[in-house]
Amino acid sequence: MTILLLLFTFVLAAFLGLELISKVPSQLHTPLMSGTNAIAGIVLVGAIAATKVDGWFGTLLAVLAVALATINVVGGYIVTDRMLAMFRAGAKKD
Amino acid sequence: MQDVVIDLAYIVAAMLFVMGIKMLGRAATARRGNLVSAVGMLIAVLATLLAGGINYAWIVVGIVVGGAIGASVARRVHMTQMPETVALLNGSGGLASLLVGWVEYLADPRPDTITATAIFLAVLIGGITVSGSVVAWMKLAERITGKPIQFGAQQVINGVIVLGALVIGVLLVSDPAGSYPLLLVAIAASLALGVLAVLPIGGADMPIVISLLNSYSGLAVSATGFVIDNTVLIVVGALVGASGLILTQIMCRAMNRSLGNVLFSGFGSAVHASTMAAEGEIKPLSPEDAYYILEAAATVVIVPGYGMAVAQAQHVVKEFADLLEANGTEVRFVIHPVAGRMPGHMNVLLAEANVPYEQLVEPPDVNPTMETIDVAGVIGANDVVNPAAREDEGSPLYGMPIIDVDKARTTFVLKRSMNPGFSGVENPLFYKPNTRMIFGDAKAVMSALVSEFKDA
Repeated sequence: MTILLLLFTFVLAAFLGLELISKVPSQLHTPLMSGTNAIAGIVLVGAIAATKVDGWFGTLLAVLAVALATINVVGGYIVTDRMLAMFRAGAKKD
Repeated sequence: MQDVVIDLAYIVAAMLFVMGIKMLGRAATARRGNLVSAVGMLIAVLATLLAGGINYAWIVVGIVVGGAIGASVARRVHMTQMPETVALLNGSGGLASLLVGWVEYLADPRPDTITATAIFLAVLIGGITVSGSVVAWMKLAERITGKPIQFGAQQVINGVIVLGALVIGVLLVSDPAGSYPLLLVAIAASLALGVLAVLPIGGADMPIVISLLNSYSGLAVSATGFVIDNTVLIVVGALVGASGLILTQIMCRAMNRSLGNVLFSGFGSAVHASTMAAEGEIKPLSPEDAYYILEAAATVVIVPGYGMAVAQAQHVVKEFADLLEANGTEVRFVIHPVAGRMPGHMNVLLAEANVPYEQLVEPPDVNPTMETIDVAGVIGANDVVNPAAREDEGSPLYGMPIIDVDKARTTFVLKRSMNPGFSGVENPLFYKPNTRMIFGDAKAVMSALVSEFKDA
């Protein structure tokens, strides 16, 4: 039963994702890509949970996953913010 | 109780992500949207840390090291390197998904059918994402050639690997307990698949590839969510996967191409024979002579491209535009949606140089009146102004919407050399009777033009 509920959640979320963006102005394509890429760093949650594993090798992989996911999250948000900060500066004039 | 708190926090986080993505799609709210989603991330991560049994010491190590690397890379990179940076960040997330799938198998080598399927998918999609992103990064950073790399039996080899991966998947799922070697083979196959899938795609299409791989990394995250029964991973992964797919489609439409055409056509490889040979001669022009024509022009449009980005010429271009305006000339920048190496690349650079928003226009705004423009100045752009896209049915660019600079009274093309553009396609614009070529580094040429104006 749980799996069906999870699948249900997945499908609904996917449809929401499909509807969420449309007609994005082209100058926002790159920041949007970069911003959703940072969000995909949520796998950090999975990596944190994975540190429950026993054994040195599993722990090594899990810590590596935590570090990589954090790179994705931190780098992704900063890069996106830097790009969008520039639009702000340009738009201020009007 | 703890679990309830965690799940409630996850619901809040998911809501913030939805709002964040929505806000990112509109210029006025985009920056706040990014912050909203960052707050969602913080909440989700803090909530996860409430769970028992996790290894806090190592988590701190991983977060500190990853955070330091991520922050320093993200602060250091230049705006021109954004595309390849996003590719690398995406690859690092994909690798994390792969590793989580791997670890979960190590933690419980006897998973049930559903968990085994999810582990297989997390590893497969994560692997394709990471190796594909690395190849995309190498192409954009010009560590390897940007041209499509194709070899004879490529499609066959790819097909065999895909089939092989599917067989491995079925075997793995039907007997998860004894299948650790199979999981390792699946990892190797997924990595190979990512490389082979991206190699035959030309550098000019890398933005679309990165966007698609971004969507994949979302799906990989969802798969890891199914492995550990974590709703926030499933929901957020699905959101990123689906919205990434739509964004990929929007980008393809801007180039008038289908996704299938981008992925499988080897676009820009030498295989395509153009039916139209470039005719006419190249007419070079010095910056001094260009100055006299510009000085007398009433209307000028500037078409920036990747050449402006690599030369870091956006500030001097802005200075040049100001001088023209002071001289009574009407100046507009025409931004092609796919100019540069990423959609919106030019907007970012010109915004950095403080070019006012109202000076930026899109191709449909100027194309109908191009005949009335005195000078169209192309600064390091190539494919987006290639008239073959309009005239030559045999050209791989045919059908792509372009900026019709060849219809302007005079067209200046600033270019380093006669090398073809990123797509590798010859450009007949350079040979048109009203085209003048100004050879040199974009920044050097623009500086020369600026000093001509200042000395006058």
